[in-house]
Amino acid sequence: MERMPKWADVILTPLISLVLAFAISALVILAIGESPVEALKVMVEGALLSSYGWGYTLYYATNFVFTGLAVMVAYHAGLFNIGGEGQAAIGGLGVTLVLLYLPWPHWALALPAAMVGAALFGALWALIPAWLQARRGSHIVITTIMFNFIAAALLNYLLVNVLRPQGSMDPASASFPPATHLPKLSDMALGLGFEWGKNTPANITFFIAIGACLLVWLLIWRTRLGYEIRALGKSEPAAVYAGISPTRIIVIAMLISGALAGLMAINNVMGEAERLIFNAVEGAGFIGIAVALMGRNHPFGVFLAALLFGFLYQGGGELALWTTIPRELIIVIQALVILFTGALDNMVRMPLERFFMAMRKRGGA
Amino acid sequence: MDFATILQIVDSAVRLMTPLLLACLAGLYSERAGIFDIGLEGKMLMAAFTSASVAYATGTVWLGLLAGIGGALALSLVHGLASITFRGNQLISGVAINFLAAGLTVLLGQKIFGLGGRTPSLEGDARFHAITLPFAENLRGVPVIGPIYAEVISGHTVLVYLAFALVPLTWWVLYRTRFGLRLRAVGENPASVDTAGVSVTRMRYAAVAICGVLCGIAGAYLATGISAGFVKDMTAGRGYIALAALIFAKWRPWPALFATFLFGLMEAVSNRFPDLDLGFVTIPSMFMNALPYILTVIILAGFVGRAIPPRAGGEPYVKER
Amino acid sequence: MTARSGAENMAPAIELRGISKAFGPVQANKGIDLLVPRGTIHGIIGENGAGKSTLMSILYGFYRPDSGEILIGGKPIAITDSLTAIRAGIGMVFQHFKLVQNFTVLENIILGAEDGPMLRTSLGRARAELKRLAEEYELQVDPDALIEELSVGHQQRVEILKALYRQADILILDEPTGVLTPAEADHLFRILRGLRDEGKTIILITHKLREIMEITDNVSVMRRGEMVASVKTAETNPTALAELMVGRKVLLRVDKAPARPGAPVLEVRDLRMVDADGVERLRGIDLSIRAGEIVGIAGVAGNGQTQLLEILGGYPEPGAKLAGEITLKGQPLALKGSDARARRRAGIGHVPEDRQVEGLIMDFTAWENVAFGYHDAPEFQNGLMMDNAAIRADAVGKIERFDVRPPNPDLASKNFSGGNQQKIVVAREVERNPDLLLIGQPTRGVDIGAIEFIHKRIVALRDAGKAVLLVSVELDEIMSLSDRIAVMFDGRIMGERLPEQTTAGDLGCLMAGVAPSDQDAEAGA
Repeated sequence: MERMPKWADVILTPLISLVLAFAISALVILAIGESPVEALKVMVEGALLSSYGWGYTLYYATNFVFTGLAVMVAYHAGLFNIGGEGQAAIGGLGVTLVLLYLPWPHWALALPAAMVGAALFGALWALIPAWLQARRGSHIVITTIMFNFIAAALLNYLLVNVLRPQGSMDPASASFPPATHLPKLSDMALGLGFEWGKNTPANITFFIAIGACLLVWLLIWRTRLGYEIRALGKSEPAAVYAGISPTRIIVIAMLISGALAGLMAINNVMGEAERLIFNAVEGAGFIGIAVALMGRNHPFGVFLAALLFGFLYQGGGELALWTTIPRELIIVIQALVILFTGALDNMVRMPLERFFMAMRKRGGA
Repeated sequence: MDFATILQIVDSAVRLMTPLLLACLAGLYSERAGIFDIGLEGKMLMAAFTSASVAYATGTVWLGLLAGIGGALALSLVHGLASITFRGNQLISGVAINFLAAGLTVLLGQKIFGLGGRTPSLEGDARFHAITLPFAENLRGVPVIGPIYAEVISGHTVLVYLAFALVPLTWWVLYRTRFGLRLRAVGENPASVDTAGVSVTRMRYAAVAICGVLCGIAGAYLATGISAGFVKDMTAGRGYIALAALIFAKWRPWPALFATFLFGLMEAVSNRFPDLDLGFVTIPSMFMNALPYILTVIILAGFVGRAIPPRAGGEPYVKER
Repeated sequence: MTARSGAENMAPAIELRGISKAFGPVQANKGIDLLVPRGTIHGIIGENGAGKSTLMSILYGFYRPDSGEILIGGKPIAITDSLTAIRAGIGMVFQHFKLVQNFTVLENIILGAEDGPMLRTSLGRARAELKRLAEEYELQVDPDALIEELSVGHQQRVEILKALYRQADILILDEPTGVLTPAEADHLFRILRGLRDEGKTIILITHKLREIMEITDNVSVMRRGEMVASVKTAETNPTALAELMVGRKVLLRVDKAPARPGAPVLEVRDLRMVDADGVERLRGIDLSIRAGEIVGIAGVAGNGQTQLLEILGGYPEPGAKLAGEITLKGQPLALKGSDARARRRAGIGHVPEDRQVEGLIMDFTAWENVAFGYHDAPEFQNGLMMDNAAIRADAVGKIERFDVRPPNPDLASKNFSGGNQQKIVVAREVERNPDLLLIGQPTRGVDIGAIEFIHKRIVALRDAGKAVLLVSVELDEIMSLSDRIAVMFDGRIMGERLPEQTTAGDLGCLMAGVAPSDQDAEAGA
């Protein structure tokens, strides 16, 4: 017997959670003496009603797709990876090493190599927490938090003492050679003969993100590995019964998760900054948690949620520019989305289930 | 390094460890009752903001302290609602609370003070001031003990002494009172408490509330003791270091004192000597900053004495058949 | 055993009138009446799932009954929570102890029954009280020992002491000897007799007939949620109780031709297992199953059947120590370093005892579950991808042949009824034509129609010349399906029987650990 229809489970519950999160956000805006309607207007205008706004919205969304997918893959294996922030940061290191220390004649050659570097470094940063969870039972949430801080300290050290060019005061690496600069979406539009998103950071990585969504979808729902990841995440005793090794799956799922988080560096480090700066990830690793939760751990949902957060991020910047509302409003919304879709899920679900049960009883009688 | 320098570093370590100690004890109460709390950071941050705001508005630091406790308690209530009443995921709830605090403090601060998330500087009675203990100046001349007394032990704010007093108090509550017995039991095996006729829900809410109060004091100390006002994101990961200290201390009060002192000392040393030259090797400050986290991972891995969390930690309690 | 005079004069310690409790569609207790006189030991006996534990949980305030009345000492009482039960003088010793492992005995005793906000006074009083109780009832235990350092028998004493410290007049023990050695059990019985002689009332829930006969004054029998009989123990015998327990209901006879056993398929020699906690679960199992033969393992749950299935299925509990020898069609099977995948490749199919925890991923669709465990089979692969079309087509066929309803392969498995879930598992394992099928509790929580269907498929597999190892706590099922019956008790095979040469009473005695030689003696007593 279903407690409630599938559509209610997949669409209605997250939708109500989302509405609750936004309603409270609106109250917060009211509380600081601003109009939620006006705020929404500014955000939509700034993020969606110009190609300039879209150029930023898509750039941010690209970051969030990668970190959201990273959280999602781990989640399917029953693991809560909050180390996306550190994995993405170390992924940036991988990109930087590849681009600075190897000669690249053209970006099209540099890109695959940089992707390998980003994925490899991100995966390695997830490997130790994964191994400790699988073999020593050390809680992966705590170890990944610790690894975020260790990553920050490591990068800080490397940027100040190793990667910083001589004479520079900035804790940042040298700029990557121009040959490795990725085409921006605006360049590509120009190539097609129209002007779009001039001076915005959205770049070719956006398409890689879409590809990553497809690949992750294939991985999780079309491959044996994905099948085993999902089985383990749902029931460890059943997985063992079926001959699936929990240790192996935990390690592999976290490697993939870390690699996805690491790949974000292609967008922000290679595509936008074109050098490694300190705190390049800017919290995108954590936004991945909200994106995955809201996207119901499905790549399509993650993509939509990433777009929404891209919009919020860019819109929040516009808010800060044109109104007195600081861009931290976005962090509040992000927190409320995580709270309602993640931790307070039962608060929405339990009354809904009772409602549908009651409806069915009445229908049956 | 001379004796005076060492004293200065230890004195600074005492200051820096105080918020860690308070937050660590806060987490201890919560986690000993079976509620994991990675939201220490957020609660401290919220408390720092509310305490600084009210202290500024009223000019009275004590009202600020109360407000700090209130701010942290409000977030504790959210955590309790999510993890006790609605049996949600305690870790996700903690993450959400950290962001909620990070966002709300700036949002409200900007609205109220218009300083980009800062509060105005606190002066006079709006801050906690150092207390000079009796005879500190008279005894300064006594060799060894005199300077230690005057430099390290004397000259802190009342909250520092409170934090240190909380260590034996927590030990006593935990191991010598009915409340402590039930608190520990509810984190180890809630069914034992339930079948003994004691409400698991009430015990856990009480623990979460105490956690809020202590985080509130920690935040208030940050904003009105160490600093003269609130600055955006001023906790800077201290909530996570406190969490690390809690694991390091294996959820016990006296080791928590030691762990937070160790972590405070590391911060003091790296503040004083950004690049610590040990002769054969130079230790960069970043390494000192990361050391608490590295040590915690090693402890968690169980290579140096295993840290076993309370057995029922992280699990919502559901009566079994 | 003498009935105490005077007990009849007083109001009964416990009286239940028409207690009913349903969990969704499952009626766990139906109109239960029970009368327990003060100062007696009252046994409640019944098969797994007969509703004994539910009834006791109602008495201890874990559930509210849907209807009915509870009287304690003649006074009606609404037991809303455990605190009410404790105040009414009820103490409960659960099957799974409710102790805090890293607390001392003393701390566990006073938890929830402290004298005041400081522990010092409580601990002092408890220490003195413990000393008194220990002397009075042979309940010696070191008050300062940590629970995790104590043996299971001593932990149980702590549970009893907990109840006595709260001045319980009525003590309920749920399967108290399940975890005890015979010597420990004897000691427990001495304690219980002592308590009774002091005027305490004791309810003993068990499925072991020997214990009922040995210690109780009265016994009530539960079957399928109903109280079917209450008698004086002195006026009954194990065979009669076994029949009451199992019921004289019409046996589900399975039409099957006589077995034509062939060559041995599975040989188990002196299989021993000690689990990670150091408890000996299997104490030297010898078992042989031939092709074209169904061997049924009868026994009360928890006597090592689960461990036997898990070891044969290739996934013993982590940290367990194993010894012995297993061969499949003459080839030795590895005891260690094997996994379930290797066992499937070797030709062993496995319908696990708990389909919801092991056999199915409840959130997976039916078609995904039809491949579960065989998802690496070559016919389900398509290059790097899984061939979902092939898996789905395979599932559609199995769903049709096994009449799974609704025949919707896209429905999540949790949304099928128990019987249809089980059909999915059985279809998956049986249609692979394994040389050996392990099948645990094939019809637990399954409706009549599905039971018949599943039984027919098991027999068909046998007739195709395959070996079947059937583990079930349902005696009917064992008797109607098996070609040979082995009874497991306490990690051993207590005896083997041919179904046509045995009775429910005979098997019931073996299941309760009574060897055949003791049976006549007890029946005559």
